[in-house]
Amino acid sequence: MKILVCIKQVPDMEARFTPNSAGSWFDESGLAFRMNDYDEFAVEEAVRLKELLGGEAEVTVLSVGPDRVVEMIRKAMAMGCDRGVHVKDDRAVERDPWQIASMIADYARPLAFDLVFTGMQSLDRGSAQVGVLVAELLGLSCATTAVGFSCDGSAATVVRELEGGTKAVVRLRLPALVTCQLGLNTPRYPTLPNILKAKKRELTVLSAEEIGLEAPLAVTTGFSQHERSASCMVIEGEVEELADRVLDVLNERTAVLRRGGGR
Amino acid sequence: MKALLVAECRKGLLAGDYGELLGFARAVGASASMVFVGYADELPRFEGRLHFADAGEYGEYNPDVHKRLVLQAVEAERPDYVVFMHSSYGWDLAPRVAAAMRAAQVSEVAAIGDGGFVTGCCNGKMRRTVTPSTPCTILTLQPGAFPVEAAVGEPQLLHLETVKDASVELFRYEPPADGGIDLSRAEVVVSAGRGVGRREHVELVRALAEALAGEVGASRPVVDAGWLEHGRQVGSSGQSVSPALYVACGISGAIQHVAGMKGAGFVLAVNTDRDAPIGEVADLLVVADLAQFLPALLSKLQT
Repeated sequence: MKILVCIKQVPDMEARFTPNSAGSWFDESGLAFRMNDYDEFAVEEAVRLKELLGGEAEVTVLSVGPDRVVEMIRKAMAMGCDRGVHVKDDRAVERDPWQIASMIADYARPLAFDLVFTGMQSLDRGSAQVGVLVAELLGLSCATTAVGFSCDGSAATVVRELEGGTKAVVRLRLPALVTCQLGLNTPRYPTLPNILKAKKRELTVLSAEEIGLEAPLAVTTGFSQHERSASCMVIEGEVEELADRVLDVLNERTAVLRRGGGR
Repeated sequence: MKALLVAECRKGLLAGDYGELLGFARAVGASASMVFVGYADELPRFEGRLHFADAGEYGEYNPDVHKRLVLQAVEAERPDYVVFMHSSYGWDLAPRVAAAMRAAQVSEVAAIGDGGFVTGCCNGKMRRTVTPSTPCTILTLQPGAFPVEAAVGEPQLLHLETVKDASVELFRYEPPADGGIDLSRAEVVVSAGRGVGRREHVELVRALAEALAGEVGASRPVVDAGWLEHGRQVGSSGQSVSPALYVACGISGAIQHVAGMKGAGFVLAVNTDRDAPIGEVADLLVVADLAQFLPALLSKLQT
């Protein structure tokens, strides 16, 4: 069985973001990048399936981005992916989901993967489009938001997370693409021997132009800070003082301290 | 301008949020038509054309078939926008329709402005404007972002048909894991988020909930880490709460969480990041390390 995992590198979300000079995305300087959370679950699920199938499966991990993504591809290989593909694209952050998906689909089309895993969305853009677009471009069956997965060789069963904790169990014909939700599994930490092994694994580098880069369908034209609610009071300082002020405000604005609370 | 709105059927029922789709059409100044795969005994109410297919025939979740049905309605309406809610149905189906039409899609639209559509990014911390460049744009709307338009009127019913051939099928629904906890009636909910940092700090959150005679809630990362049970999760994949007081401890304010608590009367947020998006819904934001602040607050509550 041939398995593909598509992963993206995103900044640590705890960082403070400032707009770049074009005002179209964030300035990357000083940011620490790592694997998108959702994609860690995708890598783990692909590797688990490979381990379950024994020697008959092979996992390829692919990422589109500048040179910084190689470190993350190596991490995915240290988690158990057999080979890596780096679609080198210094302008990847400007691409829309259609462009990214068309590059991935163009790479994957001749290789006829049986299963493709992606994260359900990225933490930075959060469009939740690329996986489904890849499936549509390749004519794969597709289910999104997987919190459960199993595969019997000709069909896959996916547990989709719906609203309010309800789940839907769906069946897909192979070849298929599954987008992974947080909590699907417990992503492993790469061990030192596996990190060393991963350094020797094959990494193919392709350029964006040689694999189906298309014109964008949408462009990001603005990037800015969220505005805090005008009615939000912000207080800072020494904790004892903050605690007093919080109690004053709660007394003034709510009834919870008068009503059995504040024991 | 014309908007084709995609209503949805969840577990046999028409999802009530189609009023937000109508609200969007009004906000953008478009006339509305609708497409709905559902049951004939409960149809959306509005004035306009309703392209309808029976879910008994075509399934409630069957993306291949639903895609073809939506595309037929697109063919008939030639809309400027095809609009879904950003729900497990909408984010699953919208890109399929977009791919078939080779149309731009903007996901989780929160507002209209600056020549495009405004949507959250960087885990809800920032916002960006996306400008589509195709004649028809596919949109998914952030729940709660657009005002609910009252559901009145009698649509003109048009029936859709397609072949039932599909590569994905719904096998069954599973009810929510029963945590046995109903947070929806709690007067006070004190929730722990990723920012609590350590499992031990969850005990501080629990102690504050107890001192305020409230319930403990959680955001998704805390549940995924196994620090609190799933039955306590607040947000779009957990429970919706509307307490008199909601205390968000170390919760960044990702939209999925906010969706479950924006009905709260007063929101107190404790966060080390003064720019955290929770500030958008908070009434009072305490910028502090909760490991130091919560004990101080607790000792004052107990005296």
